[in-house]
Amino acid sequence: MRVYAGPAPRPARSILCRPNPSFLKGFSLVVACAVLASGAISPGHAGESAAQTAPAEPQAPAADAKQDDILKIRILMAREIQEDRLPPLSLLDIPPPDDGLAGAQLGIEDNNTTGRFLKQEFLLGAVENANAEALVADVVKKVDEGFPFVVADARPETLLKLADALKDKDALLFNVAAPDEELREENCRVNVKHTAPSRTMLADALAQYLAWKQWRNWLLVVGPTPEDKAFADALKRAATRFGVKIVDERMFEYEPGSRRADGGFEQIQQQIPSFMQGAPDHDVVAVADEGELFGEYFPYRTWISRPVVGTAGLYPTTWHPAVELWGGTQFQNRFQRLAKRQMRPIDYNAWTAVRSVGEAASRTNSSDAKTLIDYMRSDKFDLAAFKGQKLTYRSWNGQLRQPIFIATPKIHVTVSPQPGFLHEFSELDTLGVDRPETKCTAFQ
Amino acid sequence: MKRQSTSLALALLAGVMLAFSASNALAYRVFVSNEKENTISVIDSETLEVIHTIKTGNRPRGIILANEGKWVIVCVSDDHKLQVFDTQTYELVKDLPSGPDPELPILHTSGNPLYVSNEDDNLVTVVDIFENRIITDIPVGVEPEGMGMSPDGKWLVNTSETTNMAHFIDTESLKVADNVLVDSRPRVAEFTPDGKEVWVSAEIGGTVTVIATDSRDVLAKINFEIQGITKDAIQPVGVRITNDGKKAFVALGPANRVAVVDVATREVERYLLVGQRVWNLGFTPDEKLLFTTNGTSNDVSVIDVGSLKVTKSIRVGRYPWGVVAAPN
Repeated sequence: MRVYAGPAPRPARSILCRPNPSFLKGFSLVVACAVLASGAISPGHAGESAAQTAPAEPQAPAADAKQDDILKIRILMAREIQEDRLPPLSLLDIPPPDDGLAGAQLGIEDNNTTGRFLKQEFLLGAVENANAEALVADVVKKVDEGFPFVVADARPETLLKLADALKDKDALLFNVAAPDEELREENCRVNVKHTAPSRTMLADALAQYLAWKQWRNWLLVVGPTPEDKAFADALKRAATRFGVKIVDERMFEYEPGSRRADGGFEQIQQQIPSFMQGAPDHDVVAVADEGELFGEYFPYRTWISRPVVGTAGLYPTTWHPAVELWGGTQFQNRFQRLAKRQMRPIDYNAWTAVRSVGEAASRTNSSDAKTLIDYMRSDKFDLAAFKGQKLTYRSWNGQLRQPIFIATPKIHVTVSPQPGFLHEFSELDTLGVDRPETKCTAFQ
Repeated sequence: MKRQSTSLALALLAGVMLAFSASNALAYRVFVSNEKENTISVIDSETLEVIHTIKTGNRPRGIILANEGKWVIVCVSDDHKLQVFDTQTYELVKDLPSGPDPELPILHTSGNPLYVSNEDDNLVTVVDIFENRIITDIPVGVEPEGMGMSPDGKWLVNTSETTNMAHFIDTESLKVADNVLVDSRPRVAEFTPDGKEVWVSAEIGGTVTVIATDSRDVLAKINFEIQGITKDAIQPVGVRITNDGKKAFVALGPANRVAVVDVATREVERYLLVGQRVWNLGFTPDEKLLFTTNGTSNDVSVIDVGSLKVTKSIRVGRYPWGVVAAPN
């Protein structure tokens, strides 16, 4: 038990505001508040905070607060349009045009509801491009125009280009889409945070649950793409860690062909069982198909009656549209009202990125990019994000620690880490590459 | 609320003692809202048995007494309203309006109006409980939750879970006068009986922030440490302070403990093991017993306040959420 008394840890904890109900209707707001608390700040604090806060006028009554006293914090959503990406098998899984962007917008709205009490206004910009070079140029331009926080949905190689283009600026990149381990490991960058979970986090989350269920014999089915192989590698690593045996590994060579056609099930009904024939006994079929091109063919078509897990069937995810745990209902409702659709994992990852900036801004009472970035790197930072416990960033590679839902397409089944998987510092670090194993040196 | 009913109970107790020289403690009725079962379990505080189950609307959560202990009012969140039941007959008296997804109600010290946090629209709604109408809405932060009323009736403190603030609302102007940043996901606000401090629990932050009512200065942050329990599992929610202002009880969620805190020193004196995911707390009017709602284990634990011992657990409905005790 520790108690510390004395001055509030944050300088401007006391703000007089006259909230205007019209603020609730949009995320561009006008605020009339005045900082009242400066008198209580010790000289040391005042010196520190002077550089980072907007000019505070302790004597000014609320009504006199000027428009330009409002701290403006600009966040950019950068999306790489991946035209070569094949559409998924199920119509239900086709990404909406604002995938991720809507999550960032909700983050801005939530930040602004808080910001109106703190004289902070959050603004969202957006750029998208199918050409990686052009996207990087667009982002650099916007960063130079005053958007220091970039929420990126991009391929791993583009993300690295973005990170390197921004490395001499007070700017921070959030990776909300790429699960690639190398971005957190040998190719980690100190100016990148990952709100998207890594493949090893997802695979470990799934494996812990299957180990808890004692379904320890897996038949692994791997697709032809490098991403499929990478996820299969993460599953194999998880199997070793959690005492699971991979009884057989089969490559599923597949020519996707036309995605939409009248018919097709007749042949698939024959193909999948024959592909699965003669396999050693197993508890589950683990499918690695990140492109969602064939995995959905497996449930209910296997040779023997076994559940399908991995990228199809029971799957690990950062967010699920049916989750109502830990206040999730209100969060889902707010998103539904804003986007007129359900929240997808990239939306959630973008929301946590934007909320991270908002949390840093309200805790530091600053809009200065460096101050916020430093705060997000400090051990003071934590985020409440509807996962039942605080989320923090791993200090050694910038990965967001977070519980992972294990779900069917309809509803969550459980949340990992599972009971009994213990850790010296945080049970969340039983998911993914942990500090002793990391190859990332950029943060040292 | 609690203090009102306490004084009422003390008056009753004195009356009974004089009239009958009764040595037995009075039995109270303890009302427990069961979030997933759509019921209220009624417990007799003397036999510690469930004596009745009231069928409610959908998702009953925050629960208080009103109308001099004659009514128990519960938020039925998924029905977007409040329900009023008779504490003696258990009959539904009437419905009261609220905003969408009402979560926690509190009464003005005068007994009316009622203020309720609506988790789904960033508003606190002010309701006249006798005229059955909404007086006004007060805009607050994202996901309003905790509701604390100062003993002098001047201040309503509302917490907003995603904005991470305690909003000080002037009950005369019904405007937010001040906002104090607290740790992540504030759940409950409770004034000390002298009205000088308000204690705000932060579920994700893992702390209780003590705020001075007048200056709005943060006076202290109370941290909790339990051997063998990870920091992440220590999630403070319910806070109740004894009427003499000496002891605070803090429910710690999935840590399955209630912390006993010395109000003056703000030191944790001990941790009491209760049921699973303990959220809300309610004293009997004589403050001899404290009931805790243990969501995951479907029971309430009974704490003997004098000896600081957990004396019993009582099976109630599914996912018990809130608790309030009424004099018989």
